[in-house]
Amino acid sequence: MDLRFSEAEIAFRDEVRNFINDNLPADIRAKVRRQVHLERPEIDAWQKILFRRGWGAPGWPVEHGGTGWSVVQRHIFEEETAALDCPPQSPFGLSMVGPVIYTFGSEAQKGHYLPRIVSAEDWWCQGYSEPGSGSDLASLRTRAVVDGEDYIVNGHKIWTTQAQFADWMFCLVRTDFEVKQQEGISFLLIDMKSPGIEVRPIITIDEGHSVNEVFLDNVRVPRRNLIGREGKGWTYAKFLLGNERTGIAQVGGSKRRLRRLKEIARAEHVDGRPLIDEPSFRERLAQVEIELMALEYTNLRFLADAASGRPLGPETSVLKIRGSEIGQRISELAVEALGHYALPYELPREGMNEPPVGPEHGEGLVGTYLYGRAYTIYGGSNEIQRNIIAKMVLGL
Amino acid sequence: MDFDYSDEQRQLKDGVERFVRERYQFDQWKKIAASESGMSEENWRQMAELGWLAVSLPEAHGGLGGGAVETMIIMEGFGRGLVLEPYLSTVILGATLLARGAPEALQAELLPKIGEGRLKLALAIAEHQGRYNFADVALSARAEGSGYVLAGQKCVVLDAPQADKIIVSARTGGGAREAQGISLFLVDRAARGLHLRAYRTLDRRRAADLAFDNVRVDAASLIGGRDRGHGLLSEAIDHGIAAVAAEAVGAMQCLHDATNDYLKTRKQFGVPIGSFQVLQHRMVDMHIALEQARSLALMVNMKLDGPAGERARAAAAAKVQIGQSARFVGQQAVQLHGGMGMTDELTVGHYKKRLMMIDVLFGNAEHHRRRFAEMEGAEAA
Ligand SMILES: Cc1cc2nc3c(=O)[nH]c(=O)nc-3n(C[C@H](O)[C@H](O)[C@H](O)COP(=O)(O)OP(=O)(O)OC[C@H]3O[C@@H](n4cnc5c(N)ncnc54)[C@H](O)[C@@H]3O)c2cc1C
Ligand SMILES: Cc1cc2nc3c(=O)[nH]c(=O)nc-3n(C[C@H](O)[C@H](O)[C@H](O)COP(=O)(O)OP(=O)(O)OC[C@H]3O[C@@H](n4cnc5c(N)ncnc54)[C@H](O)[C@@H]3O)c2cc1C
Repeated sequence: MDLRFSEAEIAFRDEVRNFINDNLPADIRAKVRRQVHLERPEIDAWQKILFRRGWGAPGWPVEHGGTGWSVVQRHIFEEETAALDCPPQSPFGLSMVGPVIYTFGSEAQKGHYLPRIVSAEDWWCQGYSEPGSGSDLASLRTRAVVDGEDYIVNGHKIWTTQAQFADWMFCLVRTDFEVKQQEGISFLLIDMKSPGIEVRPIITIDEGHSVNEVFLDNVRVPRRNLIGREGKGWTYAKFLLGNERTGIAQVGGSKRRLRRLKEIARAEHVDGRPLIDEPSFRERLAQVEIELMALEYTNLRFLADAASGRPLGPETSVLKIRGSEIGQRISELAVEALGHYALPYELPREGMNEPPVGPEHGEGLVGTYLYGRAYTIYGGSNEIQRNIIAKMVLGL
Repeated sequence: MDFDYSDEQRQLKDGVERFVRERYQFDQWKKIAASESGMSEENWRQMAELGWLAVSLPEAHGGLGGGAVETMIIMEGFGRGLVLEPYLSTVILGATLLARGAPEALQAELLPKIGEGRLKLALAIAEHQGRYNFADVALSARAEGSGYVLAGQKCVVLDAPQADKIIVSARTGGGAREAQGISLFLVDRAARGLHLRAYRTLDRRRAADLAFDNVRVDAASLIGGRDRGHGLLSEAIDHGIAAVAAEAVGAMQCLHDATNDYLKTRKQFGVPIGSFQVLQHRMVDMHIALEQARSLALMVNMKLDGPAGERARAAAAAKVQIGQSARFVGQQAVQLHGGMGMTDELTVGHYKKRLMMIDVLFGNAEHHRRRFAEMEGAEAA
């Protein structure tokens, strides 16, 4: 047992660090630091830079255009990119559908879709949830019926993140209504430009637009866009959820936000002293940092398990629960640190040339807090994650 | 002890509920919140007609001489409706200060106007460096001729953009953060040298940062005596705390009820989600949090006219309890609504944001916990 990095790993870390410092555009970096919402072109720009370096898909095997990195290397990469304010890579292609395609897809599907994900040509969105099927995903009712060489898809997806930008949607549909719920589900790749698709925005409590409703009205989807076998979609969907592993704990992102929180607590004052010197605030800051530390090492332990071939199951739920709770806690403290300046709330508007109200370090924090209430809801709510762990712990 | 309302108070409660039902449906709220001024003059007139703007004013100046219970009833109802008009700033904070500190002539001039809905006020007491310590006043008032010249900044002054006059705390003596040496002045919003940077807040109300660039006021606009504004201000703040505590209870009650309904109607896995015990217990914890908050909201309102020490202790305790309960109830209401709780189209998020706002007003739960502990320390010593 040794918790230190090897010399090769340290060299790798320096290489990543130097690459980022030399190649991350300053304007993008500044936006990430200020937690300003990024648009697709900015995220694409960074993805293309990584792609040209051969780092477009850190988690993928080499034969599919990935890096083939070890677990430790991936961890280092995640740490460094977060620490140096790189935009997050869009997860829907890289962490979600990509691995499904290279694990269960046909050669033709692999050849077509994977390179386009890594090079940021295609953006994906995840069409799982429906109005009646959230936590109970297996009850989904969007149906796909075979018609010659196509499926005809009808249904209503909801909470579809980034559907307004996406080129493709990976979608769970019901192809068989006769069998047990889980066995009638199939996994389809749907071109978002297909006739019959309508995307309607949902505005969230932060007043931002990142989720949508997607209506599918007699949408024709070629049968060759089916992943694997009909009726096996649930298996692929579960594989996908389990495969979000590395990112799910959000350790890197939380560390970055914690650092920013400390900067704010040094700049804000109480009775003439920096807020960070105020004992009760400082102790709560220490508490969340300790929890994050525990999560970081839990994450590393689980990843090492996975790397040595022990399959991860409910462990990922532990990471999801703690990662989301810690993320929420940090943003809550950040809002608290702002004091009165947590209250002004004006969205950046086109042509607005006045500087934002209040200190610059407050920008975006309240919106992040509000949107962050969803961390414990999406990707399987924390209640559902606890149910999953309960089964393991209690051996139910 | 008597926790029951009188007949008049029950009528008032019905009246406030009717007002909210008729004028503050969610769609109506959205329209008012999105309007230029962020309030409705029509509603303000209606409140005047119903006597609500005069309810707590002294009878000598056209008031109805009502007490804390009446204010509590009104504020709790306003909490349910997310009512946007500047009642807190004008009737609770502004009128309390004027009625207790303004020279008789000024009272006679202004208080009736408040009751009639012809005068709106705002209270400018926060400065960025001072955080929640309202004795941390750097804005200066220098005596000059027969009046004073004000110079400095105030931050996040609620309802300032639509106020006719603003009451501002300024330093006329004493050192930084000393309670002695703070004076209160009544200033015209349109006064020369007073610059407003107006904006919207988290809960879609209006506020402004204020810059006083040598604003001249005459001595008659001094409220509560020179250098002696802090005691009066503390009293007004405690009135403010009592009012927002009642308002928060109204808002929490709505979140509680909405979540309770949702647990019974939303089905997953073929059953109402309220059949899952973990959600039942969460709902119960929300219920307990609300009951605890209601109790201290009641207590602080009942102690407003008692001895200052007791009043301050009650206010600090209530602010802590309200802040904690509101955080839990707000967060869990969103959580138990799942994705629906995240949408702007439900009232849930708007109540949550109003409650976040209330936590910051007059100092958050952390601030008042410290204040409470310090009072405890002072008592023991
Ligand atoms: C910001 C955001 C982004 C999202 N992005 C996507 C996306 O890109 N693609 C996609 O497909 N979906 C997405 N979702 C949907 C998300 O996965 C669902 O919201 C989530 O699965 C919960 O489903 P629901 O909203 O229907 O809530 P419900 O399932 O109705 O849950 C309501 C409440 O009941 C609880 N509950 C439900 N069942 C149980 C149980 N058995 N035991 C205990 N408690 C229970 C839940 O935990 C929750 O608190 C997103 C959601 C949000 C908020
Ligand atoms: C100091 C002491 C004094 C007592 N005095 C008296 C007395 O004077 N008279 C008397 O009659 N009894 C008395 N009791 C007994 C007491 O009422 C029981 O201990 C209590 O009812 C719990 O029963 P149990 O110990 O069998 O635990 P169990 O009922 O077996 O419970 C074990 C655990 O499971 C939980 N649990 C059980 N059912 C559920 C459920 N449906 N949902 C969720 N959680 C559940 C419980 O909360 C507990 O945590 C006393 C007990 C103690 C410890």
